[in-house]
Amino acid sequence: MESEKLTESQCPTRRDFIKLLGGAAAVAAAFPLIGKAAAETDEVKSEQWSHHKWGMAIDVEKCIGCGRCVVACKEENGVPKEPIYFRTWVERYREYDDDTVVDSPNGGYDGFTSSEEEREPIRGFFVPKLCNACEKSPCEQVCPVGATFKTPDGAVLVDAKYCIGCRYCIQACPYGCRFLNPVTNVADKCTFCYHRIHKGLKPACVENCPTGARIFGDLKNEKDPLRIFLKEHKVFVLKPNLNTYPKVFYYGIDKEVR
Amino acid sequence: MDAAHLQHIIDSVVGYMYPNETDLHWSILIVLYPYLTGLVAGAFILASLENVFALRALRPTYRLALITALSFLIAAPLPLLAHLSHPFRFWETLVTPHFKSAMAMFGFVYIWYLLVVLLLEIWFEYRRDFVVWSRNTTGWRSKVYRWMTLGVYDISESAVAFDEKAIRTITVIGIPSAFMLHGYVGFIFGSIKANPWWSSVLMPVIFIFSAIVSGIALVMLIYLISNSIRKVPQNMECLDTLGRFLFYGFIVDFALEGLDVIQRTYAAEESFDILYALVHGRLFETHIIFQLLIGTLIPIGLLGMIQMAKVTAPTRLAIYWLVGFAVQVGIFFMRWNVVIGGQLFSKSFRGFTIYKLNLVGREGGLAAAFLVLLPVAILIFFLWFLPPWKEDKPTTTLAE
Repeated sequence: MESEKLTESQCPTRRDFIKLLGGAAAVAAAFPLIGKAAAETDEVKSEQWSHHKWGMAIDVEKCIGCGRCVVACKEENGVPKEPIYFRTWVERYREYDDDTVVDSPNGGYDGFTSSEEEREPIRGFFVPKLCNACEKSPCEQVCPVGATFKTPDGAVLVDAKYCIGCRYCIQACPYGCRFLNPVTNVADKCTFCYHRIHKGLKPACVENCPTGARIFGDLKNEKDPLRIFLKEHKVFVLKPNLNTYPKVFYYGIDKEVR
Repeated sequence: MDAAHLQHIIDSVVGYMYPNETDLHWSILIVLYPYLTGLVAGAFILASLENVFALRALRPTYRLALITALSFLIAAPLPLLAHLSHPFRFWETLVTPHFKSAMAMFGFVYIWYLLVVLLLEIWFEYRRDFVVWSRNTTGWRSKVYRWMTLGVYDISESAVAFDEKAIRTITVIGIPSAFMLHGYVGFIFGSIKANPWWSSVLMPVIFIFSAIVSGIALVMLIYLISNSIRKVPQNMECLDTLGRFLFYGFIVDFALEGLDVIQRTYAAEESFDILYALVHGRLFETHIIFQLLIGTLIPIGLLGMIQMAKVTAPTRLAIYWLVGFAVQVGIFFMRWNVVIGGQLFSKSFRGFTIYKLNLVGREGGLAAAFLVLLPVAILIFFLWFLPPWKEDKPTTTLAE
């Protein structure tokens, strides 16, 4: 049942539809949907945050590399537009007989143009990346003042008023998920859109994914769509050898993805 | 960042970098930090050699090594502070440190080393002179010397004997402290498991021995230069002893670094291919030419030759000058290769970026040059204000 709700709430065309429509007509049309989304997440609105453990699954089979998640993230979180600052980005993998070509032009913000390569790849796929919200997060470990901290519900956040800008956390992240925000001059990273999930909303990237490739949810809730997804699929985490225990899980990637 | 600079970096990427890795996060200022602290630790360990092992031949460099260590220690935190994007929040690391962080310990290690080890040892060493100088000078200098006695004017034999005893005790605490000061810097890099170029248990030990090498070479160089300026004959007994310990330090340092390379090559873990390409590509000049050839093999060869063959005093002297400079180049680039090299390849192991050093700006070449010259300026002041030349009567000079 929960699974069905998720599919419905992440209906590919809904967010697109709302965005496309303008003015009062759009609001009127979207109102029942917004109401329904809010109703769906009433449970999440609980104030007992330690009762949750947020995580995400990425269904790579569904990702089409449109880059809507990247755009949504930058808009939602005010991430600088330069192509070296990303809270989330999308990588394109093209595997040939003897090598693999990986790229992420502008982090996938503009989508992907067709390849100049004349060779036909054996397979190609897109891999969205974001903070892995590691259970044993190296970035949190190395922060000299504790500006990076783990919330009781499993997110890893940065206190922008406390960060001294030493960038040790950026070096410690094995996944390249952190950057120094050139506006605030403090370490910046994906927060799972903590300001949104607190209100019972989905992270912006999840909300804007037209194919439902990103499944966000509560790992402590057995009925949560994320838990169900993880039960039904064989998933992988990035760089498991580093013992960071990521809470972002990948379905459908292969050995080339790091 | 200006658009042209950014575009140049993006265009220089080969293969694939995670987007956030494209522009380096740790600049030349972070190269200077281990370089300067290494010189401090090395110079102090050299001073301790004289003290603990009673190497009389090194007596002329004892005080010189101490005030060299102090000069560079005063400047050592400045590159770190200048690098912070919120430098005025630095005090947070002292008042609310995050104890799980290696970096949080920097302030405590620094304060311990400055106050408990170096200043205390220098005070006991110079205490008698402060009293004498406060009487022999006039004006503000006399006042400052008097202030520096901290009100202790007893220079009787028993008081001076106590000073010497105190110095030996401080040195015994100081040697592990110097190891801690720089081994700790190595740990900051070695404990980053995300970066295979840094992640090594040998990193702190390599840092300690490279520090010893750089410190001995620096003091040797300063000794050579100061003697030349003061027109004092070069003390070959002292220089030969320095050269011998430099050689020993080098052998251990080279062996450790060699062990690291052998281990990495033989184990050939997942990151091996990208690191191999790094060393043979974007780090070739700084690693193979500057660090390995100029900074290590040539000095070891020359110093080894002196130990094994009969080399005339003028040739030995020329070698010591050459080695003094070559080691500084080599150790600086060793720090460069660790800090910059560790960021030139992607943690996806799929590509390389570049480091473009601007001339101006907070993290530019001029700022770095200033931070290197600052401890030299401090040292020149100390050489004038706290003259270390005491019993500089060589037993063997170049003329002999």
